[in-house]
Amino acid sequence: MRNILPVLVVCLVIVVLWYGAALWLNAAWVYDQAARAGTQVGFGQLVHDTMTLPRPKLPAPHQVLGGLWDGIFGQSVTSKKSLVYHGWMTLEVTMLGFAVGTLAGLILAIGIVHSRAMDMSVMPWAIASQTIPVLAIAPMVIVVLASVGLKGVIPKALIAAYLSFFPVLVGMVKGLRAPDGLQLDLMRTYNASRTQTLTMLRLPSSLPYLFASLKVGVAAALVGTIVAELPAGASVGLGARLLSGSYYGQTIQIWAALFMAAILAALLVAAIGIAEKVVLKRMGMAR
Amino acid sequence: MSWQAWAAIAFWIAAWAVNGTVANRWGRRKWARIFVPALFGVTLLVLWQGLVKGLNVPSVILPAPTQIAARFADSVPLLWGDFSQTILKGALGGYVIGCGAAVLTAIAVDRSPFLQRGLLPVGNFFAALPIVGVAPILVMWFGFDWQSKAAVVVVMVFFPVLVNMVAGLAATDPLQRDLMKTYSASYRDSLLRLRLPAAMPFLFNGLKIATTLALIGAIVAEFFGSPTRGMGFRISTAVGQLDMALVWSEIVVAALAGSGFYGLMALIEKTVTFWHPSQRG
Repeated sequence: MRNILPVLVVCLVIVVLWYGAALWLNAAWVYDQAARAGTQVGFGQLVHDTMTLPRPKLPAPHQVLGGLWDGIFGQSVTSKKSLVYHGWMTLEVTMLGFAVGTLAGLILAIGIVHSRAMDMSVMPWAIASQTIPVLAIAPMVIVVLASVGLKGVIPKALIAAYLSFFPVLVGMVKGLRAPDGLQLDLMRTYNASRTQTLTMLRLPSSLPYLFASLKVGVAAALVGTIVAELPAGASVGLGARLLSGSYYGQTIQIWAALFMAAILAALLVAAIGIAEKVVLKRMGMAR
Repeated sequence: MSWQAWAAIAFWIAAWAVNGTVANRWGRRKWARIFVPALFGVTLLVLWQGLVKGLNVPSVILPAPTQIAARFADSVPLLWGDFSQTILKGALGGYVIGCGAAVLTAIAVDRSPFLQRGLLPVGNFFAALPIVGVAPILVMWFGFDWQSKAAVVVVMVFFPVLVNMVAGLAATDPLQRDLMKTYSASYRDSLLRLRLPAAMPFLFNGLKIATTLALIGAIVAEFFGSPTRGMGFRISTAVGQLDMALVWSEIVVAALAGSGFYGLMALIEKTVTFWHPSQRG
């Protein structure tokens, strides 16, 4: 809690810098307009004008918040202009992809922990594949899948799944190996089968690792979904909102969509954080 | 299914058996550590080739590895031009600026514990955001050439590096700092001789994360507008022409660039932080 004041100060500094940048970046336009109209702008007029442009180079924070407010509360939730609608579409895909990716990562991690051959063949590639900018080719995957007739939610969810898959895989392999030799020996003396060792020792002790990688995974899934919504032709989702904003020069719309994405990311990570706290507390593992 | 597909599947089963035996019998040997993953990678390629050929998958959906290799060999000059536009100018330029700015900011913030406590949560928050979304804005500001790509990369790599560097500068323990005090070391001395070296493992952690982010930022930004060269531009136009072999060649370049860049940072890390337990093996 002692961090609240410093965080607030840092946020305040960011907002002040932002206003300054908005004034600086938008001033050229205002001066230009004034020169064409043959009028002079005083400083007060300049400040007022730079903060209220309909298509500013950099919208001031209150304009972005206004756009955000209008997008969330000012439209009916089924409207194409509603950020709730687009956010929901993005969230849906993210959650589907995240669930699939997590499940696949979990299953493969269990396989890797139990089979030496699998561990030695798959793990180096899994780690190496992390260094490849998969996200950058996501839009292309969408286009290719669309040409085969696969459209809508599934291709986007595939990208999200792929991106959340690796953090979960790597984290869970670490987590499933977390029990030390003493604990594994104890299971042996109990004559526990491999399944019992897995369900009673390995899975419970991997939970802290699982939650840590879920947080990374869900953020990655959201980014993946948004980038997957970028290719032309996509009409729903926050990514499509970003793209149409960029086509039509609607900067406020871009920033509002960006903020909506940030809010979604924060909510998703926070939700997993809460689940983590509750689960670990009930299991007596809370730190 | 024709014979190619069956041959590929037979190869897969045989390779799996070999890998199982090698892993269980000689799993601790050094050659096995290279042999097993290499055979697995080869198996994937063979399976890909066999299934594409055997099931007659049209090359506009998925070209076979041999087709991709041929296209790659054909268009080396083109790929090199895209590589230098996107990776050397956009990604590397942005990477150097962004990481440099992050390190300097971290050192500046380091003198004030108040700012540090404020900046860490905010930086962590920003590091988890879909920052790639600022790409359209920055393309609007800086134009279509590589400068806007570098700007996207700067924004993307800044926060992960900042967070790691701030954590790294705080990583010295009180005993060590007390020792520097008893030597009556100045701020500069203790920064150069204690805090910066101690921060290096953290810094390189951030730098390694940032390599992939840099490539992603540079390529994705090209989807929002670019000159008529660059990897992102080539990918989106080649998709339009259904020239999938060229798309895959660009993907191969991106993969090689990504792992090469990462490997380079890991190599530098090894020489700089040779003293750290994780490097002493």
